Amino acid sequence: MSPALELQTNSETEDRQAGTLRRLTSAAAGSRIGVTEVIALIVLALAAVAALWPGLLTGVDPLTGNPADRLLPPSAEHVFGTDQLGRDVFSRTVHGSAQTLSASLAAVLIGVGVGVLLGLLSGYFTGAVDAIFMRTVDVLQAVPGLLLSMAVITALGFGTLNVAVAVGVAAVPSFARLTRAEVIRWRAAEFVRAARADGLSAAAVLARHILPQVKGPIGALLALEFGSAVLAVSALSFLGFGAPPPQPEWGLLVSEGRDFLAAAWWMTTFPGLVVAAVVLAANRLSHAVNSEKGFR
Amino acid sequence: MSLRFLASRLAQGLLVLWIAFTLSFFLLYWLPGDPVITMLGAGGELQSFDPAEVARLRAEFHLDQPLIVQYLFAFGSLLRFDLGTSIQAGTPVTEAIASALPSTLALAALALVIALLVGIIIAVSATLSRRPLLRDALAALPGLGVALPTFWVGLMLLQFFSFRLPLFPAVSDGTPAAIVLPAVTLAIPLSAIIAQVLFRSLQNAWVQPFVTTFHASGYTRLRLLLRQALPVALLPTLTMGGVLFGQALAGSVVVENVFSRQGLGRLAQTAVTGQDIPLVQGIVLFAAAVFVLVNLITDLSYPLLDPRLRAARRTRRTSTVTEAAHQERGSDVANPVPSSATAGSEGARA
Repeated sequence: MSPALELQTNSETEDRQAGTLRRLTSAAAGSRIGVTEVIALIVLALAAVAALWPGLLTGVDPLTGNPADRLLPPSAEHVFGTDQLGRDVFSRTVHGSAQTLSASLAAVLIGVGVGVLLGLLSGYFTGAVDAIFMRTVDVLQAVPGLLLSMAVITALGFGTLNVAVAVGVAAVPSFARLTRAEVIRWRAAEFVRAARADGLSAAAVLARHILPQVKGPIGALLALEFGSAVLAVSALSFLGFGAPPPQPEWGLLVSEGRDFLAAAWWMTTFPGLVVAAVVLAANRLSHAVNSEKGFR
Repeated sequence: MSLRFLASRLAQGLLVLWIAFTLSFFLLYWLPGDPVITMLGAGGELQSFDPAEVARLRAEFHLDQPLIVQYLFAFGSLLRFDLGTSIQAGTPVTEAIASALPSTLALAALALVIALLVGIIIAVSATLSRRPLLRDALAALPGLGVALPTFWVGLMLLQFFSFRLPLFPAVSDGTPAAIVLPAVTLAIPLSAIIAQVLFRSLQNAWVQPFVTTFHASGYTRLRLLLRQALPVALLPTLTMGGVLFGQALAGSVVVENVFSRQGLGRLAQTAVTGQDIPLVQGIVLFAAAVFVLVNLITDLSYPLLDPRLRAARRTRRTSTVTEAAHQERGSDVANPVPSSATAGSEGARA
């Protein structure tokens, strides 16, 4: 099933299921922004603030701990509790968002950049270009995303930037497929044929006439893929392929709490909940963008 | 027709595998590091190497040859199902994969069974439910399932069912109970994908004329759904087979790490950590081969399972079965080819 199709059918289902809730909660009658979308926006805004200005959310140093405060359960002072070195888990989570979110963002940008380019060229120039690009995309899709990312990491080495590149490579196929399907849909449209008859170059037709049509669906996929990228980046960081400790990356935070699972549940529970909340919010927003614009 | 269809699908699959081999070869072997030094020194503790020994090993792995010659050597070996030698273990890659496989297969099989059951239950009860709130809640479950990080779910299950309530062992100790928590962890994202696809196709099947006819002739909703709509709706789910297998394989990397199990996922992780290039390439190729094979089987079994396609095939000589499938069921069928199914792309890399 093409991603575009999936997004579309998703949004239809969404419309139906969110209908009741929306009617009850929607502030303005006729507005399509429901309470879940508002919550999603708040979660993403908080995550962005944490990544850009962590000092606004916590004044505690994420790297230095107080040995007297080891393994304290959540309290008013330490909302997420403290770890085995007496470091504040909330502060570490807030400061970890910059690494995790910027890596996820970089990954999605790589995926959308390469994927859209491949899709545009593949959909516009049929034949050999299409065949070569699409078989390459087939291969990228035949290998499960996480394994593909791990292969790229083997080649590039560990570290947050390399994780971002690796996750980005795995995100290329879905963007390439969606873009190609959209280009094929618009290629035969009258305004595109008119532009070509006017003697516009292929690059100009693609950039000025086709890309604007494709932008919307790609935007929705962008939000969805951002959620997946957050999951992939934190999974790779959990496996130890990201930044080395004591850097507070979300996946690494969960993995650090593993040895204290029985004694200090808060060390793994809260950072993982934050990851889940951000992914849920991104997915929710993707559905909202889709149903708002009514793509296809 | 059928034979030609089989041959063309087989050729497509082999082409994908060949490109996968070529891409992974040039990605992994065009590296600044020296695998022989890695093999001898295993990282940091560098001592002086015997230059003769280094040269001998380089010659043994054809590393003294130009890259293109290395590629041809490796491709020749691949044709004999020889994926090279693991740098860390010194054993053939095929052997390493074969010995890790059974444990992961058992885990993945159990996870798929659980996922199928849970997915069907969620989709069926969401379709049957007459209360909008309950229906909304059930339909929202898959979205939650794909958003939860697998490694975190595993640790939460460990915390509750191994430490709080000592129901299951925390590490794999060989008892049958030890596989339950890993399989449940692996099953959650899989069941979310299945439930999503199935719920959508059940809704499509629910408005088909034959369902209305049966309803009019006095079938109960439950019987109608289970006996008439579900078999039709399960077919599109079948095309997700390749994706689900891939997800299970990728998920096993995380799950086997969390539950300290041996298996293919654990092998992949140690291979990447130790920069064991032949082993990494072997596992990537194995995953691609499984994906291609599952999709091939899906393609071939689809017309056997859907009687409408047999009729379609007789009348449509020029088109492939897959195309017939598209036309038969509107646009809702995922395209069952290597290029298929990004449905559930939300959970694709969880």
